[in-house]
Amino acid sequence: MASREILDTYEMTIGIECHVQLATKTKLFSRADNDARDAEPNSKVVPIDYGLPGMLPVLNWEAVRLAVRAGKALGSDIALRSHFDRKHYFYPDLPKGYQTTQMYEPIIGAGLVEAPLEDGATVDVRIHHAHMEEDAGKLSHFDSYSLVDLNRAGTPLIEIVSEPDIHSAAGARAYATELYRRMTYAGVTHGDLYHGNMRFDVNISVAKKGATELGTRAEIKNLNSFRSVERAAEYEFNRQVELLEKGETVVQETRGWNDDKQITTSQRSKEDAQDYRYMPDPDIPPIMLTPEEVSEIQADFPKLPNEYRESWRELTLDSSVVNTILDNQSVAHVLDELMQQAGDNETTRRAFNWFASVQADDIDIVAVQSGIVSVERLAQLSQMVGEGKLSSTGGKEVFLALFDDTQKDMSPAEIAEKKNLLQVSDEGAIAAVVDEVLADPASAKAIADIKAGNDKAIGYLVGQIMKKSAGKANPAMAQKLIRERL
Amino acid sequence: MSTITKLLMEIEATSAEAVVRDAIEKAKADTHNTTINLAQARALERARQVDAGEVAGKLAGVPFMAKDNFLSYGTSTTAASKFLETFDAPLQATAIEKLEAEGAICIGKVNLDAFAHGGSTENSAYGVTKNAVDATRVAGGSSGGSAVAVARGIVPFALGTDTGGSIRQPASFNGVVGMKPTYGMVSRYGVVAMASGTDTVGVLASTIEDAELVMGILAGKDVHDMTTLPDYFAPVDTPKGKKLGLIKEFMADGVSKEVKSCIRAAVQSYEAKGYEVEEVSIPMLKYALAIYYIVVPAEISSNLARYDGVRYGAQRGADGALSDVYELSRQAGFMAENKRRIIIGSYVLSSGFFDAYYQKAQKARTLLIREFNQLFETYDALIGPVAPSPAFKIGDNTSDPLKMYLEDVMTVPASLAGLPAVSVPIGSDKDGLPVGLQIIGARQGDADILAIASDMEIDING
Repeated sequence: MASREILDTYEMTIGIECHVQLATKTKLFSRADNDARDAEPNSKVVPIDYGLPGMLPVLNWEAVRLAVRAGKALGSDIALRSHFDRKHYFYPDLPKGYQTTQMYEPIIGAGLVEAPLEDGATVDVRIHHAHMEEDAGKLSHFDSYSLVDLNRAGTPLIEIVSEPDIHSAAGARAYATELYRRMTYAGVTHGDLYHGNMRFDVNISVAKKGATELGTRAEIKNLNSFRSVERAAEYEFNRQVELLEKGETVVQETRGWNDDKQITTSQRSKEDAQDYRYMPDPDIPPIMLTPEEVSEIQADFPKLPNEYRESWRELTLDSSVVNTILDNQSVAHVLDELMQQAGDNETTRRAFNWFASVQADDIDIVAVQSGIVSVERLAQLSQMVGEGKLSSTGGKEVFLALFDDTQKDMSPAEIAEKKNLLQVSDEGAIAAVVDEVLADPASAKAIADIKAGNDKAIGYLVGQIMKKSAGKANPAMAQKLIRERL
Repeated sequence: MSTITKLLMEIEATSAEAVVRDAIEKAKADTHNTTINLAQARALERARQVDAGEVAGKLAGVPFMAKDNFLSYGTSTTAASKFLETFDAPLQATAIEKLEAEGAICIGKVNLDAFAHGGSTENSAYGVTKNAVDATRVAGGSSGGSAVAVARGIVPFALGTDTGGSIRQPASFNGVVGMKPTYGMVSRYGVVAMASGTDTVGVLASTIEDAELVMGILAGKDVHDMTTLPDYFAPVDTPKGKKLGLIKEFMADGVSKEVKSCIRAAVQSYEAKGYEVEEVSIPMLKYALAIYYIVVPAEISSNLARYDGVRYGAQRGADGALSDVYELSRQAGFMAENKRRIIIGSYVLSSGFFDAYYQKAQKARTLLIREFNQLFETYDALIGPVAPSPAFKIGDNTSDPLKMYLEDVMTVPASLAGLPAVSVPIGSDKDGLPVGLQIIGARQGDADILAIASDMEIDING
């Protein structure tokens, strides 16, 4: 490993190509089912996907619509004329001997994605373009043979190509995460990372800081998690710096990510690079759109993560809270509504923190989507805590109960009452308990301490009052009454 | 009376089964190597369904044959290649489906140049098809089998494909009508692709009327082929106008005297019928062959990439490495002419050459189309020969691919421009070899050129 001092004299430059699987019912050019998850091999294949002689592609308009929406999510202009090309190479997972893609006239033009880092700063990543293309099939290799599964062959993808605007591994992760959010928010993809719905190719080079020319890049293919994007970039930065420090050169090549060993390994050097013999596909007429059609397709667009961030800026939330909330569009939506209805940032902030503090697994998204965890219930609950009717612990407990389908008709107040969590804020009732505790000989030492100026001792007395009241006394009021009496 | 009408009367008098059986017997007895495979059992079964009244339509019981690059039931679809020798199609081409929906009966598949690459039907893995008039000469191609099957009276019509003249030239060589429609008028679905941008499905028939009837059935939008046009084809008795342009470049030195004199006679007979014929020039024609032999091989190299021996077709080298499967399967599956075109096509598409060849050829093609369009502002159709000479001797051109390509010089222009063109018999040379007249129409002017061709046909058939 190169030392931190040496690493600090270098800068990495990263561009990312991201493949997004579009959430269409059928494939890009055939009527075959597009959901190949857990399906029997070659069970989602029709003659077109099989590359049978005489078969012709029939463009799935739903894929075009999703691409046009993806373009909006990237802040890009949509090309009113785009066209498919053929990219040729021989491989058993490629039934036609070419992949149908958009080399010369992509549908999505230049755009911009602002990716938030953990510390609240952002990385601005320009989008070069994004194009539509079909996925290839899948190979499984065994000792003496390989098997071909064409279920995924022909699945519609968009490939989002970024400019080389990223200069840190954390930035690469932030960009990948933000792309994921934008694509899922826009409803372009199911975003099932486990099944490869989004895959990242990371192009990375290193050069001395201040150098005018970029170094030779390596491409790490097929990363399917944000973590692996970050780790692979980190590893690659180290590897390339080490090579340069040893006076060696970085080879332009394709590398793979070994997730078990957390290293990248060489797959193919530039010398083996294929000549893809790109050619316009004569079987598919150009996609022609009018500005009106583009607007119609992009209508009813959901609020995007960057727009939520902008709206929430005045809440001055911790950026980690914001990012956690943004990991779920439904939650973001409910909280955004809450902010607009509550009219008071403290109420809203409290709800943000509840959502951010529970594990993602604890949040029943279906309950949020179904409206059980409604803006109204959240507002009522947060206000109860604000008014001291519930302790913050009690508030959290009721918050979790909001997801319970069996209690969906109960208001937060009813739930709190049923759970016996309501705080007593009646001065007379609390005063009786306060007097009782102060009269208790066990309190004498604390009282003496307080009088001697050790204010911390009041915590003991409040604790005794809470205990006696079974947690229901409003601790702020209890404290006030103790001070009055001493 | 059209041949189809005569056959329909015969079916009425006897039975579809008798007529179909008769056609099958003729195909079996044929000595010109016309057929690759017959679909006897299925054809007879369908004939019996017609006789039982279960199948009806405009062509109920009428037998036809299809070039063996149409996917069809009842027999294999080989594209005249070893690669697809045992390929049984799981579906039928739209063209076949449409004809069957009208009750027509496909009795079998006829020979062609493998994957439709060629102009003589000598490049077939199943032997050479001989000319219908002179068995020492070629049938033309690549729809040679279709032309001979019609010329020798086996069937009244046969399906063909025309990418650069593959219907018109064999029609001319064998003395039958050959119709190549406007690109997009007939679905290409289920037809083994040669060059997607110029491939068309058409018909070879004994009369214009037969061709009109069949084209009317084939025409129209197909949801399986995005390049198809909504059905616009409506046969007409008289053309919209009678002003013809005789293409000067088609009457140049390379064209045989006898062909030229047949064309001049045709011009005179048109003039006698009230047509006005003027000589016209299309300067871009001198580049047509060069454009064609860049664009078409490029598409061929792409369309043939799927024949890799992995999923279907003849697989070789399965015991070896993946590269062995590719190399050996393709080596054995393709003919020399297929390989030649794959190599040319791969070359013009390769990095660094794409702009210099493919892109430049496409630009030149645009200019050619523009020149055609300008002429159609004045002329109702353009006429000229189909080929420089009548059918040549078998083997004469096989050693010289360039000479063979030059045979296409008059047919490729209409293909590159996507225009409809028909070849209609107008006479024969001193050896009795047929000569055809090519009539090229404006885009979607299919019905018009058939009406113009019909005026010529009446003249020669008396």
